[in-house]
Amino acid sequence: MSKGSVVAAEAPAGRKLGFFEKVRKYRTLIFMCLPTCLFFFFFSYVPLPGIWVAFVKYNYQKGIFGSRFVGLQNFEFMVESGKLWSLTRNTILYNLAFIILGNLFAVFMAILLNEIRSKAFKKVSQTMMFLPYFISHVLIGVLVFNFLNYDTGFVNTLLTKWGFERWQPYANASCWPAILIFIYLWQQSGYNSVVYFAAIMGIDGEVIEASRVDGANAFQKIRYIILPSLRPTIVILLLFALGGIVRGNFGLFYNIIGTNSLLYETTDIIETFVYRASVTDFNFSTASAVGFYQSLIGFAIVMTVNFIVKKIEPDYSLF
Amino acid sequence: MAKKKDLDMMSSSAKVKLGASDIIVRGIGYFVTTLYSLACIFPFLVILGSSFSSESYLNLHGVQLIPGEFSTEAYHAVVKSGLIWRSYIVTILITVTGTVIGLSLIAMTGYALQRKDFPFRNGISFYIYFTSLFSAGLAPYYLIMTQVYKLKDSYLAILLPLLMSPWLVILMKNFVKSIPHEITESGKIDGAGDMKIFTALILPMLKPALATIGLFLALGYWNEWYQSSLFLSSRVDVKPLQYMLYETVNKTDALKNTVAGQYVVITDIPSNTVKMATAMLATGPIVLLYPFVQKYFISGITVGAVKG
Repeated sequence: MSKGSVVAAEAPAGRKLGFFEKVRKYRTLIFMCLPTCLFFFFFSYVPLPGIWVAFVKYNYQKGIFGSRFVGLQNFEFMVESGKLWSLTRNTILYNLAFIILGNLFAVFMAILLNEIRSKAFKKVSQTMMFLPYFISHVLIGVLVFNFLNYDTGFVNTLLTKWGFERWQPYANASCWPAILIFIYLWQQSGYNSVVYFAAIMGIDGEVIEASRVDGANAFQKIRYIILPSLRPTIVILLLFALGGIVRGNFGLFYNIIGTNSLLYETTDIIETFVYRASVTDFNFSTASAVGFYQSLIGFAIVMTVNFIVKKIEPDYSLF
Repeated sequence: MAKKKDLDMMSSSAKVKLGASDIIVRGIGYFVTTLYSLACIFPFLVILGSSFSSESYLNLHGVQLIPGEFSTEAYHAVVKSGLIWRSYIVTILITVTGTVIGLSLIAMTGYALQRKDFPFRNGISFYIYFTSLFSAGLAPYYLIMTQVYKLKDSYLAILLPLLMSPWLVILMKNFVKSIPHEITESGKIDGAGDMKIFTALILPMLKPALATIGLFLALGYWNEWYQSSLFLSSRVDVKPLQYMLYETVNKTDALKNTVAGQYVVITDIPSNTVKMATAMLATGPIVLLYPFVQKYFISGITVGAVKG
């Protein structure tokens, strides 16, 4: 390798550089990484010991490390009340639906986009599909509220006009899983389809040409060429999405549901609970216990997924 | 380029012969794509339309695509209060400062970590990557930010945490990977230092990467409301745009929660049309700008997707 020659030319032959010599030699590169390292140190590593707050009864005056140690009491409370289980269930079920339906729909849209021949049409439609991704979650909350609220919502306006009874989703918990999944698909599918679309564009044109010569029709082309060549991308994206299955989509949920406790049963996920516990109730010990539980499970799942990816497709493993 | 050629080949061959199945699939393609595209912008158009309705008409007839009584009253009210312009200035300042600083730091790091001769590259990469695997969670982060760093009610609490993310550093690394190592070597032979090589040789080649990552950073700052909701209390008069919108909209939380018919009367609630007008004004620049930066956005997703 060429890089070897450079190193060999600069270092005395046959001797490895010591740590401090390396630091001296690569001081510029170290300097280039330094601000980034400090950033992650202050915003990601410094808070880590703060997890201790999950094991104490937090007292504002005494601080995290001065508060009374209570062992696993904060966790016990969450487990015994059944809250931890319902939060975990909601988070995982929503994510499963988001991942499976999201990828299915994204593949579907990518295949259809590939059938579009007009460049202008493709460009305009893609631009429109990205809009929901570029707007803030706050605006999405506004849109949803103005579509679904009881008094002036767009949906209810139409229902009334057509002589139906008004619909009251903001007081009815059972309809929210469907609504939230729908909104997620609406927001993310334009974005998600790009990866699959790029993968389809990467298919060798000659293969498709050859299949045509052999008399394959459009459905067979999709079934036997496009879908199989998308398989590795689908598998990898699915697996990595599964790695984040205990992490909720906080912005989306909080801006749509907010503090409407009528809907918590079906819409409260780990993130929204932790946020309310910290910011609204100042119950930092409970919030931290739930957060720590989430981090641990998440970590275990990512490690497992990475292990699996390493087995089936070593090139794509994370580490 | 190769991809483009494939596309042209496919389309030219398609012109040669078009079976029934091709026509069906293509028809479905155009139809569904049109439908989904329209669905993506439709809610936006409805709120835009309704924001030009008079308040009394809206409350009587509900949210509609075409306003029944055209009125720009809501926009006058929003503009007159002046709050939105101050929010604009704060948001623009934070977005520009944060994007420039974040982008410089990410670019330097991305280059250093992609240098094959840099002995600490694996260690530092893992140090950065680990933060996305395991985090302290919100409560410890909140306590450290407010009690140790004393960032409550400071704009720094918004500017600093959004400077970078492990994902953006990895994305930059993936971009740098495509620059041949020989460029660095040729710089070395000419006697240039690492910093000089980076600024004079590497940076100009990273323009697409800078545009892409800059776009993600700027979008993050522009749409920021989360850190603001954590750290900016009522003592801060001027909130970043999206959080100002959040507060405007949620001033009627009580109303949103009540079952129909039971209004809770709160004075000083912004009217429905004022909320919609605020929403449109807070979103406007993004909607006008994003079609022009779309291609960088696409390259970001495709480069960063799998190893993200």
